[in-house]
Amino acid sequence: MYLLLAQITVAHYLVVGAVLFVTGVLCMATKRNAIGVLIGIELVLNGANLNFIAFGSKYLRHDTLGFDGQLIALFVIVLAAAEAAVALAIALNFYNNHTTIDVDKAEDLKG
Amino acid sequence: MMLLATLDWYSLFFLLFALLTCGFAVGVLFSDNIVHMAFYLTLSLGSCAGLFFLAGAPFVGAMQLMIYVGGTVVLLAFGVMLTANANFSSLRIPRGGWVVSLIVGGLLLVLLLTAALRVESWRTPRDEAVLPLAEVQTATVLGAGLTGVRVDKLHEDDPVTRRGMSGYLLPFVIISVHLLVVLVGAAYMARTRIYRRSASGNPRSRTG
Repeated sequence: MYLLLAQITVAHYLVVGAVLFVTGVLCMATKRNAIGVLIGIELVLNGANLNFIAFGSKYLRHDTLGFDGQLIALFVIVLAAAEAAVALAIALNFYNNHTTIDVDKAEDLKG
Repeated sequence: MMLLATLDWYSLFFLLFALLTCGFAVGVLFSDNIVHMAFYLTLSLGSCAGLFFLAGAPFVGAMQLMIYVGGTVVLLAFGVMLTANANFSSLRIPRGGWVVSLIVGGLLLVLLLTAALRVESWRTPRDEAVLPLAEVQTATVLGAGLTGVRVDKLHEDDPVTRRGMSGYLLPFVIISVHLLVVLVGAAYMARTRIYRRSASGNPRSRTG
């Protein structure tokens, strides 16, 4: 409760990042739609990004990561976009071959 | 008017954007409809860009809005439309799976929150007077850092910290090549294969 009244610190950002991370992981675990799994991955990456920004911000803490945090966040954003493009191409290919997007039906490679 | 002057706008906007971000993330989790999930993801990522602005990273916030909200979510929406099927738009998992995943997720959340709130220096706010947010300019420094010059660390006296000023030219080049390969690969995998006409003259086309 005291977090709500205090001045905004890194811990506030970490709490939001933790919520994003957990919802993303649960999304990946519980969705059967392949695009839902992809949305979960985006949430996880965004939670990590928020932590990088918080640790690099000079408004929240005295000794920070500096601009390294923001640079790494930029790299994460770009890599997430690339990963989304490839994963969607795979999902489309899977849909064209199997006429479903249910990840539980993807068992061709099961040994 | 007095009340408006005494309000801490920074904390207020932080709480607003944090609540929107977390709320729509939870909405993504509990929504069954894939179109609703994509929409909630847009709103969650947009509010997260607001948090970036508040933390003094306006360039990253703008990139978040342009690449994530403008690009990735449009990509997701096209994926939803191209794979839309009345039978598959909402796939449910059995109730037991929900119980197990909520227990595991709750434990993970407790773990992360205790880790985040344990460290004393993460909970103590910055002691000096808060710098005005409007004066922050990051685009030039970030661009110079990507091309290999850390203009923010040029005046470090300590040789140990000066070692960190090597910049990010090599990761930048690697990511550029990676993006090119990814674009070619995605276009190759997502394309529609059209086979030649068969001898009988029927246009036989197959997607796959």
